[in-house]
Amino acid sequence: MGKKDKLIEAVTASVLGFFAFSVGFLFPLLTLVVLFYESLPAISRFGVIDFLTGATWDPVAEIFGALPALFGTLLVTFIASLIAIPVSIGIAIFIAELSPQKLKPVFSTAIELLGAIPSIIYGMWGLFVIAPLMADYVEPFLQETLGKVPLLGRLFEGAPTGIDALTASFVLSIMIIPFMSAIVKDSFEMTPALLKEAGYGLGATKWEVVTNIIIPYALPGIVGGTVLSVGRALGETMAVAFLTGNVHQIPLSLFDPMTTITVTIANEFTEADSDIYLSSLYYLALILFILSFGLLMFARFFILGRLGKRWGAKSI
Amino acid sequence: MGSEEYISRVILKRKIVNILMLGLSSLTALYGMIWLFWILADVIIEGLSFLSINLFINDPTPPGIEGGGLRHAFVGHFIITFMATLMGVPVGIGTGIFFAEYGRHSRLIKSLRSITDILVSFPSIVIGTFVYAFMVKPVGHFSGISGSVALALLMIPVIAITTDEILKLVPNSLREAGYALGARRWQVIKDISLSAAKRGILTGVILGIARVSGETAPLLFTAFNNNFLTFDPTQPMASLTVTIFQYAMGPYEEWHGQAWAASLVLTMGALLFFISAKIIIHGFRRK
Repeated sequence: MGKKDKLIEAVTASVLGFFAFSVGFLFPLLTLVVLFYESLPAISRFGVIDFLTGATWDPVAEIFGALPALFGTLLVTFIASLIAIPVSIGIAIFIAELSPQKLKPVFSTAIELLGAIPSIIYGMWGLFVIAPLMADYVEPFLQETLGKVPLLGRLFEGAPTGIDALTASFVLSIMIIPFMSAIVKDSFEMTPALLKEAGYGLGATKWEVVTNIIIPYALPGIVGGTVLSVGRALGETMAVAFLTGNVHQIPLSLFDPMTTITVTIANEFTEADSDIYLSSLYYLALILFILSFGLLMFARFFILGRLGKRWGAKSI
Repeated sequence: MGSEEYISRVILKRKIVNILMLGLSSLTALYGMIWLFWILADVIIEGLSFLSINLFINDPTPPGIEGGGLRHAFVGHFIITFMATLMGVPVGIGTGIFFAEYGRHSRLIKSLRSITDILVSFPSIVIGTFVYAFMVKPVGHFSGISGSVALALLMIPVIAITTDEILKLVPNSLREAGYALGARRWQVIKDISLSAAKRGILTGVILGIARVSGETAPLLFTAFNNNFLTFDPTQPMASLTVTIFQYAMGPYEEWHGQAWAASLVLTMGALLFFISAKIIIHGFRRK
């Protein structure tokens, strides 16, 4: 019996250990190696700096530069976060502090539920519903108002088609709200009731408690959650795939069609007819891998990692 | 007199700021909810108006000919997701068990867990390109099975992290009681940890399936698409999501309608999975 037991023991431990090692280490490493290997032809042809700063993407002449896609990715993510961050914090304040105790789970579940909608649905809805609205009403309106302001007006030049940087960013922002607000709400709820009560005891209003006690206490969680959501937005494909227009140009106005790394890969991967074309697409995937993995690692280890220690010590 | 007036003015100002800002946060909540429910409403209304029995029992017809359906995509989607579940669930649960039961005091295993946590948010399209490199390129054509592998790779981190978190909720005293009776580690895991956390792990599995069932990007260059019904996983296979992508981008009104109907089915499926996972976990916590 003893021997058999030991054997089972050893087999379980090593099989489970192998699974964990493969998932947590081998798989991401292998992905990196494969992406690197596949993009070698493009790396040797275009180099690193030239590829990152190259503004031409011409499959016919076989000249590839990542700048339009890279810039597009960063732009869309930036605008989407700009919209989503204040809204998510507002939603978190509402759910954590304002909503009646009984309705809290209802609101939380509603937000989580909306996060469970597949991203392609957001994309399709954006194409059929939001893009026409943008083209017919919102964008002409913006041109009439903000477009008249000197300097700022440059951002609103061009024909309003609805398939552009603004619409893509907007739909992406809606998509990351559930994810972001869930994390912010969770960190709000970590604030010890004792601290909040101390604030109310001193006669603070609810808003003063929120800004002076809850937000400072939850700040690392807010920042970590935000960075995590930004990392997720960087790699989002289907929500924006319908809406960017997939044009390799650096958008000078918010109404210009553009492209992102993910959209380029999604649209062109199966059409890549030469090795260097495919390799350049892999190069883009490699850049996306490094960007999002780096950002997520940063959020995980430097912000949320430290947070765990802090909250571990402070939990009352 | 003057100072009293000053104080009451400060208090008034604080009250106004309070109401204003709290009102603003309620408005942001309203703002978020409006967009999000708008999507649901559109999907349901448009979807219902194009939903018909033909959608499920017919294969696609050439544009312009009535009565086409998406049977091939429903079947393909089911096969791809099913195979992904078969591959992903054991590895995911195994990984989660290892993190929770063997990794409590090891820094190395804790960092493996953190990386797995990151993989949950990892761009799915990159996983598609990764699978393409070693399952599609060598063979020379797309295949349903490579789509399943890509989805399994997406599913594993989700299941692993949920399993780990659920197992950590199992009180250590239960495990110690097992050891005190002379049980070995694998027996403690099998008979104590896993049996206590069954429902929670089931939740993780459902969440994992829900996560991948709506994925499009990793399927674009693995399973690709197919206009015909196929049960052969070594051939390109249609899926609901890729079909929605193709149909929504296409020029025909009919296609758009079918894309809406397929979206309705897909969304309802994803939400149903999500809700059942919620119900199961709440039962678990109450116990």
